[in-house]
Amino acid sequence: MMAPLFSSKLLIVLLFGTLFGLILGVLPGLGPTTGGALILPFTMTLDPLSAIVLLTSIYCAGTYGGAITAVLINTPGTPAAAATCLDGYPLAQKGEAGRALGMATVSSTVGGIFSVIVLVFFAPVLAKLAYEFGQPEYFALAIFGLTMLASIGEGSPIKNLIAGAFGILISTIGKDFMTSIDRFTYGINELSVGIGFIPVVVGLFAISEMLTQSTLLDQVFKRVALKAVKLPSLNDYKKTWKTILRSSGIGSFIGVLPAEGGTVASLIGYSEAKRFSKEPEEFGKGSIEGIAGAEAANNAATGGAMVPTLALGIPGSATTAVILTGLIIHGVRPGPDLFREQPDFLYGIFGAMLIANVLFFIFGFFGAKLFARITLVPNKILWPMIFAVSVCGTYSLSQSIIDVWIMLFFGVLGFFMRRFGFSVVPVIIGLILGELVEGTLRQSLVIFDGNWLMFLTRPIALTFFILSLIALAFPLLRTKKQKD
Amino acid sequence: MNNVQNKKRANKSLPFFFKDEFKVFFVIIFFSTILLISTFTFDKVPPILNRGIQPATFPKGLLVLIMFLTTIIYYLSFKNPWKKEKKLPKQFFLTILSFILFVIISKTLDFFLAISVLSIFVSYNWGEKRVFYLLLVGIIFPLVVFIFFEMILGLRFPPGIITNLYYY
Repeated sequence: MMAPLFSSKLLIVLLFGTLFGLILGVLPGLGPTTGGALILPFTMTLDPLSAIVLLTSIYCAGTYGGAITAVLINTPGTPAAAATCLDGYPLAQKGEAGRALGMATVSSTVGGIFSVIVLVFFAPVLAKLAYEFGQPEYFALAIFGLTMLASIGEGSPIKNLIAGAFGILISTIGKDFMTSIDRFTYGINELSVGIGFIPVVVGLFAISEMLTQSTLLDQVFKRVALKAVKLPSLNDYKKTWKTILRSSGIGSFIGVLPAEGGTVASLIGYSEAKRFSKEPEEFGKGSIEGIAGAEAANNAATGGAMVPTLALGIPGSATTAVILTGLIIHGVRPGPDLFREQPDFLYGIFGAMLIANVLFFIFGFFGAKLFARITLVPNKILWPMIFAVSVCGTYSLSQSIIDVWIMLFFGVLGFFMRRFGFSVVPVIIGLILGELVEGTLRQSLVIFDGNWLMFLTRPIALTFFILSLIALAFPLLRTKKQKD
Repeated sequence: MNNVQNKKRANKSLPFFFKDEFKVFFVIIFFSTILLISTFTFDKVPPILNRGIQPATFPKGLLVLIMFLTTIIYYLSFKNPWKKEKKLPKQFFLTILSFILFVIISKTLDFFLAISVLSIFVSYNWGEKRVFYLLLVGIIFPLVVFIFFEMILGLRFPPGIITNLYYY
């Protein structure tokens, strides 16, 4: 599995990706999704395997990096580390920042490695199953993915559905891929090729975050002093090993479902850790189990989210949507054929994720103190610099100034979406799934001679539709149960 | 918790057209309607060539779905009003203004100059008054990024008064 990685170039890429991912994870507002989108243009100078190794190592390390700021300044570096703040910061305030970060590092590493094992065994099985899929099944699967995203993603399910539908709508801009008829182009030539993924991602994540930061300039962070990261004690391991394993399982499962990956996984991992704990009253006051539950789950979601991305070409999270774009840009088409035709390439990715988990353990353990200092870079210096990189990165892909303006437009739109409770993640997933949804629907209707009811005669498609209905009903049942 | 309830109460006392719920509902419905109308102007595939649905049908369906779901969230907001958001600070509007400046300068004068102006403008308005740091974010860093993209990716930036000095 590791054989393709035994080249100095790939190891340097891995090392750089892990370090860069950690820095991105540590900086509040940035994260592996934005970082991945910003670095995507640079990957054009790399071969496909190096490019994807870079993106996946950023994904793994960035997800862990969020824990450092969560523990030390009570601000999650990434949304996936939000649950880590609940116990990480109180524990740090008690003078045990090293112990809190030690537990976060160990549980993140275990969760990450567990999920890579799930990926290695589960992705080929799913890919084999995908051979049974025709156009109607892929359509039903994409619909299932979007409804799951709406259902278990953060915030209001209806708002998530609107955001997802909006993402699909963006994908319809440009020439219709079946008939070459212009749609929503309004005579603008640049729009006839459609709207690129990178301007939208950079706009919705980086530029909207820049606008958010402009509203938070009076916010003061109180950083807890950190002497050194400590490995958890034997007593801590005895207390948390079941939580770590449970959360690793939960995180991997949530990761496989197309949703907001680590964010949802960490919240569920945390609440399950509290439910099974012998000391639930300690949660929120600095419980070591709380940190373990949240961190193991969010890192376990990384490998899980790669399963549908590689096996089906359906992203499991916003960052895997960026990785999927990276694959497509480099001419690699994810899906069952990838497993049959390019096993070395896949083993390279699996191995890289495994090594990235070990590397961020080492960097996190010895360098957390240094990484925490990065948060001292003031926003008034940091964000104009991020803007410069965002603009050049967006421009570089198709050398079009229109792309930069589109990025700014989506930045402003993303700010207001977030302000009014609309998550931007479904827009990204909708955009990347848009062509698949429309293409498979239209091709299915051609196969079925325009008879929509024929979808119900396909058992796999029917199963996905039923699951989609359950996914949509789930939030209603949850609200009703909470009211009762 | 109390804070959220207070915010919700404050939002409840406003006339309906000032409420965030209505503003969001209005904006989505307004733009969806315009887009929906524009789908009727899309070219149609002649029946003899048409296989499956017309190119306009899928976006039409999506827009109707968006309008339907927006109506539902607006209806639900009567029972459960949204919390009122804090007023946006001056720096937010200045950052938006810097984006507009960026578009104008990049279109008329120079791409690199636009990045520099935006960086200095944003950094200054966010509170950075030290000249060295303003030069760092406005000139040194964009220059490093420019050269990096130019040399590593072989990127050719759009022509402009400063960029031309580099290329010619």
